[in-house]
Amino acid sequence: MAAVNVTWENFEDEVLKSDKPVVVDFWASWCGPCKMLSPVVDQVADEVPDVKVVKVNVDESEPVAIKYNVASIPCLVRFVNGEETGRSVGVIPKPQVEKFVKGE
Amino acid sequence: MAEVWDMIIIGAGPAGMTAAIYGQRAGRKTLLLEANMYGGQIINTPEIENYPGIKKTSGAEFAQELYEQATDLGAQMIMEKAVSVEEDGDIKHVHTEPGNTYDGKTVIIATGAKNRPLGLDREKELTGAGISYCATCDGMFFRGKDVAVNGGGNTALGDALFLAQICSKVYIIHRRDQFRGDKSDVEKLASLDNVEFVLNSNVTKLIGDPKLEAVEVTDSKTGEKREIPVSALFVAIGQMPENKEFSNVVKLDQKGYVQAGEDCLTGHSGIFTAGDCRTKTVRQLTTAAADGAVAALAASGEID
Repeated sequence: MAAVNVTWENFEDEVLKSDKPVVVDFWASWCGPCKMLSPVVDQVADEVPDVKVVKVNVDESEPVAIKYNVASIPCLVRFVNGEETGRSVGVIPKPQVEKFVKGE
Repeated sequence: MAEVWDMIIIGAGPAGMTAAIYGQRAGRKTLLLEANMYGGQIINTPEIENYPGIKKTSGAEFAQELYEQATDLGAQMIMEKAVSVEEDGDIKHVHTEPGNTYDGKTVIIATGAKNRPLGLDREKELTGAGISYCATCDGMFFRGKDVAVNGGGNTALGDALFLAQICSKVYIIHRRDQFRGDKSDVEKLASLDNVEFVLNSNVTKLIGDPKLEAVEVTDSKTGEKREIPVSALFVAIGQMPENKEFSNVVKLDQKGYVQAGEDCLTGHSGIFTAGDCRTKTVRQLTTAAADGAVAALAASGEID
């Protein structure tokens, strides 16, 4: 299932209350490497339907970025039952994105 | 029968992708092997203003255009890290990390370089918590704060100019008494009120837990130490090549760069090199593109 846009308003419902594991892709329009990673994350989102993949724009949803100590992007954060189980900072190749999304 | 490529290009940065363009246009079947992300180092650059013919663009845009140009021409890209090249008569076997092998008549090593880390205690721990190697990615998180840039080349100067627009203060820490980068950028920085040059200095300690709070710098001439409170340190102290795995097919200099001149020849038939990974004085998009073209044409000339 393709990555869905989430803001600080619906973060709790879409991420913390999700019954599936969720991977949050923190990005910003001025971040070049984020633009490169984004399509890869989208592809993996399509290929791994058991995990929900969402995108959070750090400018629009600054409170979320601050709450989860995101100070370097691109940054992927994995949540299971509302708790953070892992994080990946920087551009990573597709096989690594897959592993991260699957929780391996 | 396994597919045999005319040209296998290791690395899809500007040199590699230019080689792919020239290779495809010369009627050669080219394969690009990329370990991480196409574009390489340039994707971290917010503004490119010195590429001839392009007044202004961003690194990511440039990388994307180049990628589309190469792949529209038919070049194939596989996102796997090449870990060794085995010579087998006229064929080169290129082995990749996941355990695959690609056969090619010629190989172009265009592995570029990686950001050099400071090599200080706690650097890894603080990466993402104040230490960054990409001002364009992370600068915005330090809006209105005091930050530092370590380095003396164009990347450091470019980073400082970018950060000076959004941060309250930017310290540029450089171990020499003069910057290596473009004079025009040095002058621009010197005219900004919120930029302070900290020359003849090395960063010797990273302070703060769990986030960076300050850096200790030591004057290389007097030994005097100074603690500068900053929320972030952007490291731009140069690059390191990663070519050890190919030392069986190319000669490396003492810094690890592939020994080759502007003809991109390595001395091994069928093996060429292009871009930042080879020994050279000027590492820029322009010279990477030049190498890509030269290497591809040389490789093409060696086939049949």
